[in-house]
Amino acid sequence: MTDPLTSYGQSRKARIDALAATSVAESGTVEEAPGLSLIASAWQRLRRNPVFLLGAFITVAFVLLALVAPWVAPHDPAVGYLLDKVRPQSNPVPGPEPGFPLGADSRGRDLLSRLIVGARQTLIVGVFATLGGFLGGLVLGTLAGAFGGWVDSLVMRIVDVMLSIPSLLLAVSISALATRPSQWTVILAIAIVQIPVFARLLRGSMLSQRSSDHVLAARALGIKQSAIVFRHMLPNALGPVIVQATLVLAVAIIDAAALSFLGLGNPDDRKPEWGQMLGQSQQYLADYPHLAFWPAACIIVVALGFTLMGESTREALDPKSRR
Amino acid sequence: MMSDAPLLSVEDLTVTFGRRGQEPFRAVDGVSFQVRPGQTVGLVGESGCGKSVTSLAIMGLLPQRGNTVSGRVDFEGTNLLELSTDDMRDRRGRDIAMVFQDPLSSLNPVVPVGVQVTEVLERHRGMTRKAAMPVAADLLRRVGIPDPDRRIKDYPHQMSGGMRQRALIAIALACAPRLLIADEPTTALDVTIQAQILALLKELVEDTGTALIMITHDLGVVAGLCDEVNVLYGGRIVERGARHPLFRDPRHPYTNGLLGSIPRLDAVGERLTPIPGSVADNLPWDHACAFAPRCSQPIERCTQVTPVLEESFGRALRCHNPVEVPR
Ligand SMILES: Nc1ncnc2c1ncn2[C@@H]1O[C@H](COP(=O)(O)OP(=O)(O)OP(=O)(O)O)[C@@H](O)[C@H]1O
Ligand SMILES: [Mg+2]
Repeated sequence: MTDPLTSYGQSRKARIDALAATSVAESGTVEEAPGLSLIASAWQRLRRNPVFLLGAFITVAFVLLALVAPWVAPHDPAVGYLLDKVRPQSNPVPGPEPGFPLGADSRGRDLLSRLIVGARQTLIVGVFATLGGFLGGLVLGTLAGAFGGWVDSLVMRIVDVMLSIPSLLLAVSISALATRPSQWTVILAIAIVQIPVFARLLRGSMLSQRSSDHVLAARALGIKQSAIVFRHMLPNALGPVIVQATLVLAVAIIDAAALSFLGLGNPDDRKPEWGQMLGQSQQYLADYPHLAFWPAACIIVVALGFTLMGESTREALDPKSRR
Repeated sequence: MMSDAPLLSVEDLTVTFGRRGQEPFRAVDGVSFQVRPGQTVGLVGESGCGKSVTSLAIMGLLPQRGNTVSGRVDFEGTNLLELSTDDMRDRRGRDIAMVFQDPLSSLNPVVPVGVQVTEVLERHRGMTRKAAMPVAADLLRRVGIPDPDRRIKDYPHQMSGGMRQRALIAIALACAPRLLIADEPTTALDVTIQAQILALLKELVEDTGTALIMITHDLGVVAGLCDEVNVLYGGRIVERGARHPLFRDPRHPYTNGLLGSIPRLDAVGERLTPIPGSVADNLPWDHACAFAPRCSQPIERCTQVTPVLEESFGRALRCHNPVEVPR
């Protein structure tokens, strides 16, 4: 008798809690090499992990590309240079030619330039959505984990309900509410969807911090509650959250692409975005699959990069998955 | 500077933990003892006998829920158990401080050690971080950390175990508390380091006149340090005495057993005699002596009547059939 939605929520919760538990291991119990902190020893293992290195390579390359996009893109992504080659009946999508290695889209705009500049949009959406989810989760999770009691119960009930709904479904519903879809409604929708993930994670690691030895030691010194929360608990609880952030970035990029694909994103296509490009390629899919292939490949590779990096870091930090 | 008015007077301290679906569990059961200014008092017993719970109850650090504390903890005439949370917080670290067992996990891994020292000074002395830094360096020097001006910037994982424990002692003594509670401060350390830390503690409490409650399961630790020793069993004090009389002629079979299980350098070849059984064999104190099942010389009364703590000539003993004093 397993209701698919419930077990979906359960497994998400279990994953989050396992990650939260890695924050306690930081103190004491796992001291295999003396003088080596958990972070340092995780780094020792990560440095030689090909999965991590591949993920980190993709991530760094993508971020660099996104940063310098307007300067490396060969053409202006908004100008239809090949517009005169477009024949609605015989040749709707101009093919490659010198200076336009991947050809153009149905409005004669350079596909390569649109992909490159699209990287920047993708990064902006991913980073802001993750940041929004992180900040929201930070506030809720810190409140719940630091104070416990009814605040905790209330926050966690809401969080658990939100976690049991598939995130994309929720994001689509939220962004469909917006009267004027834009890049920011996409960011907001995805941020809201990620809040419960961060909140539960942070609460978990705050709770394990609350019962940790060094917090007891700080309380034994009469340190004020606010300093205990912000100096002794929060910084130590953040480790798993940072790992989660890389994983959320991947989800945010895919979800953002999905929303744009469904037409819930920025309607203005002068600023290219991979999901939106994918959406516009639909009507030419049978004859010009490359139009869909390139943005899809970009989304997959970048999401994979973040996931590989995040997952291997999570594993390296998790004392249970060692050796 | 020992005066007779006690600095700390614990009276009938009882801590009960509620357990779901089970009888409540009395981890500390009517414990009374006193600490005079500058005195070093030992609290000795096996794992689980309630040493840590006693110290946490004195500090007001037990979890807020799931337990009840009764009795009195008088510190300089104030019952700490009746203080408000804020007042108690002001006293912790300033009047009473504590050193814990595991020096690595007791330090905040993401804050430099120096800042963890200045934090207490800022909190209780109202100093600025800048003004507190040289004081912190001085404190680290006093606990024997070499090159403190550089070490002050180290993170806990950059220090060795012994150095971390020294740093924790520096933090605890930063505001010159009148009472220091050390809960098994050497258990997590190497034997050679243990001796150094004990010597340091002894020197510091003698220099500063701080009273010390030394919590340990190791009578050997107590031997060189404590003026008076309380032996705990199953949450109750079973024997108390000044160090020399207690070690010379232990009256309680449990104390005697503990002494028998310390390795002695002057008795090479002599067999160590550990106390048989474990705390799991305990009888409830309600109408028996909890130690009876493990005792070397039980009599019938031991499983029928609860022994009371009887005091005479500075010794206190809870036993129906004490060990004979050799003549
Ligand atoms: N928070 C708690 N909830 C329930 N029971 C507890 C709690 N803390 C301690 N106890 C119980 O109280 C008893 C005494 O524990 P305590 O930690 O004082 O032992 P101890 O003498 O310090 O032993 P050790 O040498 O292992 O530190 C134990 O049986 C323990 O299980
Ligand atoms: Mg203990």
